[in-house]
Amino acid sequence: MKFAYYPGCSLKGTALEYEKSLIKVCKDIDIELLEIEDWNCCGATPAHQVNKYLAIALPARNIIKAEKMGLSLVTPCAACFSRIRFASHYLKDNRWREILLSVLGEEYAGNLESKHLLQIFIEEQIQQKIKEKILKPLSGLKVACYYGCLLLRPPEVASFDDPEHPTAMETLVHLLGGEVVEWNFYNECCGASFALSNPQAMENLVYKILLDATFSGANCFMVACPLCHSNLDTRQVQVNKHFKKHFSLPVFYFTQLVGLALGYPPKELGLYSHLTNPMGVLER
Amino acid sequence: MPGIGVFVCWCGSNIASTVDVERVVEEVSKLRDVSFVTHYKYMCSSPGQNIIKEAIQNSKLEGVVVAACSPRMHELTFRKAAKEAGLNPYLLEMANIREQCSWVHSDKKIATEKAIQLIRMSVAKVTKNLPLEEIKVSVIHRALVIGGGIAGIQSALDLAEAGIETLLLERTPSIGGHMAQLDETFPTLDCSQCILTPKMVSVAQNPHITLHTYSELEKVDGFVGNFRVTIKHKARFVDEKKCTGCGLCQQKCPTQIPAEFDEGIGKRKAIYIPFPQAVPNIPVIDKEHCIWFKKGKCRVCEKVCPAGAINYEQQDEYITEEVGAIIVATGYRLMPKNVYGEYGYGRFKDVINGLEFERMLSASGPTSGKVLRPSDGKEPKVVVFIQCAGSRDPRKGVPYCSRICCMYTAKHSMLLKHKCPGVKAIVFYIDIRAGGKGYEEFVRRAEEEEGATFIRGRVSRIYQKGNKLIVKGVDTLTGSQLEVEADLVVLATAIMPQEDAKELAQKLGISYDEYGFFTEAHPKLRPVETSKAGVFLAGCAQAPKDIPDVVAQASGAASKVLALFSNKELVREPIIAKVDEVNCVGCFACEKSCPAQAITRKEIRDKSGNLIKEVAKVEPGVCQGCGACVVTCRGGCIRLEGFSDEQLFAEVNVL
Repeated sequence: MKFAYYPGCSLKGTALEYEKSLIKVCKDIDIELLEIEDWNCCGATPAHQVNKYLAIALPARNIIKAEKMGLSLVTPCAACFSRIRFASHYLKDNRWREILLSVLGEEYAGNLESKHLLQIFIEEQIQQKIKEKILKPLSGLKVACYYGCLLLRPPEVASFDDPEHPTAMETLVHLLGGEVVEWNFYNECCGASFALSNPQAMENLVYKILLDATFSGANCFMVACPLCHSNLDTRQVQVNKHFKKHFSLPVFYFTQLVGLALGYPPKELGLYSHLTNPMGVLER
Repeated sequence: MPGIGVFVCWCGSNIASTVDVERVVEEVSKLRDVSFVTHYKYMCSSPGQNIIKEAIQNSKLEGVVVAACSPRMHELTFRKAAKEAGLNPYLLEMANIREQCSWVHSDKKIATEKAIQLIRMSVAKVTKNLPLEEIKVSVIHRALVIGGGIAGIQSALDLAEAGIETLLLERTPSIGGHMAQLDETFPTLDCSQCILTPKMVSVAQNPHITLHTYSELEKVDGFVGNFRVTIKHKARFVDEKKCTGCGLCQQKCPTQIPAEFDEGIGKRKAIYIPFPQAVPNIPVIDKEHCIWFKKGKCRVCEKVCPAGAINYEQQDEYITEEVGAIIVATGYRLMPKNVYGEYGYGRFKDVINGLEFERMLSASGPTSGKVLRPSDGKEPKVVVFIQCAGSRDPRKGVPYCSRICCMYTAKHSMLLKHKCPGVKAIVFYIDIRAGGKGYEEFVRRAEEEEGATFIRGRVSRIYQKGNKLIVKGVDTLTGSQLEVEADLVVLATAIMPQEDAKELAQKLGISYDEYGFFTEAHPKLRPVETSKAGVFLAGCAQAPKDIPDVVAQASGAASKVLALFSNKELVREPIIAKVDEVNCVGCFACEKSCPAQAITRKEIRDKSGNLIKEVAKVEPGVCQGCGACVVTCRGGCIRLEGFSDEQLFAEVNVL
């Protein structure tokens, strides 16, 4: 399967290990990713606070580039996914389309399919591929699947699974031989956008997520978004200090867990760059 | 055709203030075929009608045009007058100079010109009109009621009381419907079973009612007064004539599965009578779960049956009946479980719906009337009720209001308080809609006397914490978010049409709305009729409603059937399609275009009986005169009586 790949800026910065792991894993299971040439920022999240046209025009440019490649667009970042889906949604509206295309000076047929990488991983055929190549099933991992908000909402834009009770990640964890933990806060807000402006609000939200996951018996998280990751992974120290707790729940990208199951050593999947050390959980 | 009379109505000032009636009269009198013109203030009044009658007789009129309101309003009135004066009523036409002229224009000069044009058109048409005779069809005085809930039961009993032979069709093993599942009913808190079961028994005992349970409607042919229905008797695997209803079989059957009647809270056997008061009191073998049908072993029920009534070889049976009218009372279902992922209904055992709660409350229910958490069987301390769980939510559920939830939730909170002293009942609502006799007082009682807490706001999420359910919501009166630790959550899920409602509507040829509720002929003035003559509606199959409204509508439907049956034969307007059999080539494109399924096939044979060709035939009792076939016919071989090409061309050509 071949896709036009839109990495987004996080995967070239704070989430290098996400890209590192996904490139390895995708190669193994015959997902060919062709990076869109000269891609630009998708605008998440500041653009739509500033200018509604800019917020759509930025991802629209990438969409048009992908369409020219004749491939469906795939992105591993939930925030990019959301902006891209929004832009495709607006491009279906003739009034928006006219304005956007005249600003961009481009043509667009309007047929581009855009997906999140996770959706590709749970396609029948890819699941089969993964199954064939599993070397080290993830036994011992009790995974709390965390979807966050942008992957699912708003449902008419995202069209990803059941927005209130999604099961895509759970399907993948089962496939990898891990244990899925039944918990409650799989699609609650983690407060990432308040990280700088109101850290207290963010800490409260992260605390609730950590508490419920721990309470439900999870020993790690699985995520599909660099923003979820950075918030859950890097804020645990802060939350522990503030609430006088000792949370230590490593946060994995789904591609890292697939990589582990396929037998890659943790180092090759960038697992040493996480702030909440995953090695303890992995050794168990 | 000379000798046409034109009668121009003022309609008080309705027409005369915008149309110069006198000038109209002056212009119209110049028309070639017009021999008589007059005007009057109210043509529809008795003196007005007399003017027409006298003119028909004295001036020997051969056609009449009344220029007044819409034909929907008074065509019948004037045609009756024409008939009384000895003129074929179909030689009268109306020119609508009110709704289509005076009411929609303000410039008197232009409106007057338009009125003249409209009358000229009608005059041109009426010169081509032919006398038509009313169609008479016989009526079979038997009725079919589909659905054995309270609506169907009430209709059947009313009909039977009037001596009408009635077939009552029910697809489950027993009549009773949802009402049989309820505990007590609002606003009087009388026991549902106590008021329903006597009616069920009356149905069984009434000599005029033939009960067909565990049966479905297979096919409907025919038209008002003359329907032919095919009923499928699903195999019960129990001989209805031999069974005594002793219940031994269901005691001994080894298979246990969740009982539909108890909404899955209780269990039933593979051979079962759905509930103790079932009518008829005859069990059914559920083939899907029966060990004998699945594995070829067991036959315990056969061994224990003292009457030898078990018959594993029984087959589905099809019977055909003839009826003159049909009442559709197929009821509702509740919204499926998976609509609100955030409420965890279907995942969290202690999140249940209103009917499940109702079964818990019922003294004869699976918990013997005790309110117990399905997860651990303990009595709850805090119960949260969520109204509008699906109703009034265009995004996820349905946009309409289910109408009964406000009332039954108030009832639930009250009954809960009675059964579990000290329990906290919290109701989340959007608005309280308690429009009904004694309803507002009832809700007040729940709140003020029984102490239920009503919170205006919606619940965003329910999640599990230990053995509690955390209900997160908003109180929109104080503008604050709140979290309630609940032991049990009851969702007032939306009422929806039966899953196969659309299929049934298509079988019957009646219309339905975007959700699948059957559509009444007029939302205000014809609430129990359908667009198809002879088919009537009762109960929630038409729209959500409570028991009093259902019963009223069911009696209304029965009285409509009785009015229909008061005739030996029916008189129908002759405005129907006619096939030119000589030119028809039998392509039957018309057959597909007919929404009323009025077109059948007719064989044309020569003297010695050899088939010459097949042509289309319009069933006069069924045809609604819509004209769809007329425009479909490529050969122009179908004509709509009263609206023939000649008539319409004549009208258009004088413009």
